[in-house]
Amino acid sequence: MTSETTSEMDGWEVVIGLEVHAELATATKLFSGARNEFGGEPNTHVDPVSLGLPGSLPVLNEKAVELAIRVGLALNCSVQASEFARKNYFYPDMPKDFQISQFDQPINGEGWLELPDGRRIGIERAHLEEDTGKSTHVGGGGRIHEASYSLVDYNRAGVPLIEIVGKPDLRSGEDARAYVSELRAILVAIGASDGKMEEGSMRVDCNVSVRPVGEDELGTRCEVKNINSLRSLGRAVTYESRRQVDLIASGQKVEQQTRHWNEEDGRTHTLRSKEEAFDYRYFPEPDLVPVAPSAEWIDEIRAAMPLLPGERRNRLAEEAGVQPAAAALSVERGLDDLALAAMDLDADPARVLVHVENNLADGQGALTADAFAALVAMETGGDLTATQAKTVLADLVDSGGDPASLAASHGFEAMGTSELEGLVDGLIAEHPDDWEAFVGGDEGERKKKSGFFVGQIMKATRGQADGRVVNEILERRAGNA
Amino acid sequence: MSALSLAGSVRSGERSARSIVEEHLAVIADAEGEINAFNLVTADAALDRADRIDGVVAQGGDSGPLAGVPVALKDNMCTRGVPTTCGSRILDGWRPPYDATVVERLDAAGAVIIGKTNMDEFAMGSSTENSAFGPTLNPRDTTRVPGGSSGGSAAAVAAGFTPLSLGSDTGGSIRQPAALCGVVGVKPTYGAVSRYGLVAFASSLDQIGPFARNVADAALLLEVVAGHDPLDSTSIPAAAPDLLGVLDRGVEGLRVGIIEEISGSGPTGLEGFAPDVQARLAEAAEALAAAGAVVEKASVPSTVFGLSAYYVIAPAEASSNLARFDGVRFGLRVDADNTVDMNTATRTAGFGDEVKRRIMLGTYALSAGYYDAYYGKSQKVRTLIVEDFARAYQSFDLLLSPTAPTTAFPIGEKVDDPMLMYLNDVCTIPSNLAGHPAMSVPFGVGDDGLPVGVQVLAPANGEPSMFRAAAVLEAVAGGPTGAMP
Repeated sequence: MTSETTSEMDGWEVVIGLEVHAELATATKLFSGARNEFGGEPNTHVDPVSLGLPGSLPVLNEKAVELAIRVGLALNCSVQASEFARKNYFYPDMPKDFQISQFDQPINGEGWLELPDGRRIGIERAHLEEDTGKSTHVGGGGRIHEASYSLVDYNRAGVPLIEIVGKPDLRSGEDARAYVSELRAILVAIGASDGKMEEGSMRVDCNVSVRPVGEDELGTRCEVKNINSLRSLGRAVTYESRRQVDLIASGQKVEQQTRHWNEEDGRTHTLRSKEEAFDYRYFPEPDLVPVAPSAEWIDEIRAAMPLLPGERRNRLAEEAGVQPAAAALSVERGLDDLALAAMDLDADPARVLVHVENNLADGQGALTADAFAALVAMETGGDLTATQAKTVLADLVDSGGDPASLAASHGFEAMGTSELEGLVDGLIAEHPDDWEAFVGGDEGERKKKSGFFVGQIMKATRGQADGRVVNEILERRAGNA
Repeated sequence: MSALSLAGSVRSGERSARSIVEEHLAVIADAEGEINAFNLVTADAALDRADRIDGVVAQGGDSGPLAGVPVALKDNMCTRGVPTTCGSRILDGWRPPYDATVVERLDAAGAVIIGKTNMDEFAMGSSTENSAFGPTLNPRDTTRVPGGSSGGSAAAVAAGFTPLSLGSDTGGSIRQPAALCGVVGVKPTYGAVSRYGLVAFASSLDQIGPFARNVADAALLLEVVAGHDPLDSTSIPAAAPDLLGVLDRGVEGLRVGIIEEISGSGPTGLEGFAPDVQARLAEAAEALAAAGAVVEKASVPSTVFGLSAYYVIAPAEASSNLARFDGVRFGLRVDADNTVDMNTATRTAGFGDEVKRRIMLGTYALSAGYYDAYYGKSQKVRTLIVEDFARAYQSFDLLLSPTAPTTAFPIGEKVDDPMLMYLNDVCTIPSNLAGHPAMSVPFGVGDDGLPVGVQVLAPANGEPSMFRAAAVLEAVAGGPTGAMP
């Protein structure tokens, strides 16, 4: 495909289903005592089992099963008795030339994930399997068939993975990104994975198809591999769906393929066609016994689960009286507990959320809920302007302390209203044109001009004025209040 | 001299371990050139080890139940730093960095590992003719095969090279060569002996077990190597059974059934059983009855399908187990222009014909579109066999059959006819499919003067009663089968 993709997407629906692999945060590998740790000198986190040496046998890591069950519970899956199977294919980074995975009896059956906007995305299954090593093909463009030699690092071989297979319920690159970032937040929250896409501990394969809007049947899908960031995910979906629409629009057919996302040229390229697909010859892994987690164990794991991001958003939103989506950033930053504690101390919820979202991007540092609540109280009581509060907040994050004495040490005192009225009147007299535009302009114009007046006052008072009070004076003078 | 009395003499200080090892090395030096039972004799390591045991004895320490007793290992059990070939070129130059669990247990018991024995490549065969290192000959008649695949281990014991050896049994690979060489061979209950460090052929069927010249020695060795191992997920979570303690209890009151279908009798039975073998089986049944057992005919109908199911399941698992021999990490590598071609060149050069045949069979049986018809159906047969045995064991404590349809056959007779060769295992395969224990006990000779083996079968974990019956048969047959003349 060499031409740019330019076709009109109107009238087409994009259908996306994701397969996400996440490395489980265990101390050791899925089937042996070798360390599960990112990086390290090549081939140092290995033992007979993770090298697939003749005679070695797998022994299932109980912690990995526990984490997999946590994932299942977090995704509302049915946690069930399961079995391991061998997925057979030759590749040098797979020590045994088969991968121990789960096939027809995964540990987690159907479930769903709720996006921040409330939509539920179906989960087909979430099963356990072992990771492969890493190959580096030297020469021949990095492909195994043309390489002059290949290097293999088995440190990653045997690391436990959970593969979460989503249903084709996503409809855009944005959807896909929202799904992956919610899934990542869940995995991190429950301690199942560190979710680092850049270190490969979370990997996304993306099934994309297109169909005319209103069509019930799914189009032919392509699986896109090698997506290494949320940004690539969005780009790959956009490119691939346009490519498919282009094909259909030009009278061709979409061929079922596995395609490779190339970050540099921003395109997907054929990896293999359906005919070239592997026959994995799955069969039950005879070296392992079936895994049948008891109801008691599952209950124990359930009882120890932390609140999930969605639950935390709902909790904060309810307390703050906003929509769950408005609480998303606070939860994402892990500051919802702080926000809730401050609200419990009667801090104004709206101001709390504003500070969390705008002024606490780097976390709470030394800020305590008590200090936060006291600060917001000073602000809403008119003792501090928003700008002053921001300055004091930064101090509190840096080194803690008492908001009142910090404000005093900065010489912050809110200006009296009458003093401000004088300044505003003077400003109106100096800028009659701007004033007229403010009084008589449309919404946009009014906003622009109010910004101008507030800015001027702030400049004149070196930020000591309260912007809200200035606005109130402007509205009064314009006869609107 | 038995392993039991050798160990006793070392423990009491009556004999040195070194003298025992030297004596056996001398027998090996004398006859191994002809028999070819070993791929490797670890003479120096064995003598060093014997000296250390003698040191322990001298200091009054516990030298273990196998103190100073030589044990030979089938060459598919991993020995740290010592070549482990599986009778194949493909493992050329490979020295495992770890010991199999059975090797560790032998060490802890004071045994002296004397060498690695020859075998059909990757344990695929019934005659030890499929070895990359040439065939092993039967010490009872060197024009005959010793059976297989553990032919080297069986021959080494029969030839007096060692009082004890370990083999592995996937479809009869301990019991059939034991029968053909006139020694005792035991396939324990699946999971009784750890498979950790046993190079896999067919994981759901493989089981390590002992060879010995008498029943008590086999019991002694099994007690040492059996017992739970956390490194093998299929290992039975229980200690090794007490066998030596029950050997003299006889069979009074035990109910013993002769399996019609695999003893050449009855309307639905298989054919091809030699009359002399059938005659010895009948005599063995009489001997047990004379000792107080209740002996009757028994029917385990689905055993006749065992061979067919086995030749789907075992190759299927093997096709996967043997994938790792790709030239990347260990053993043979035949260089080529790229990795994929290197894989192919290595496997083409490294595997023998029988191994390739089974890899292809197994790959086919697991392929999309064929799985249900072959692998799926075979698993159903396996379930049927388990159910049929369960039914039979409601009426019987033990079952009886020949171990092999004939005595040892001439070298070269069946090696070019896989089907004929496979038929050697009709009596032994059902126990592997069911995961049950079974053992072969020498019971007289055939018309050709070669040993005949009788197979005693028991339900899972039925080793104690199985050994009791074996001890009775051994006593009637004229005591322990001696070393070679």
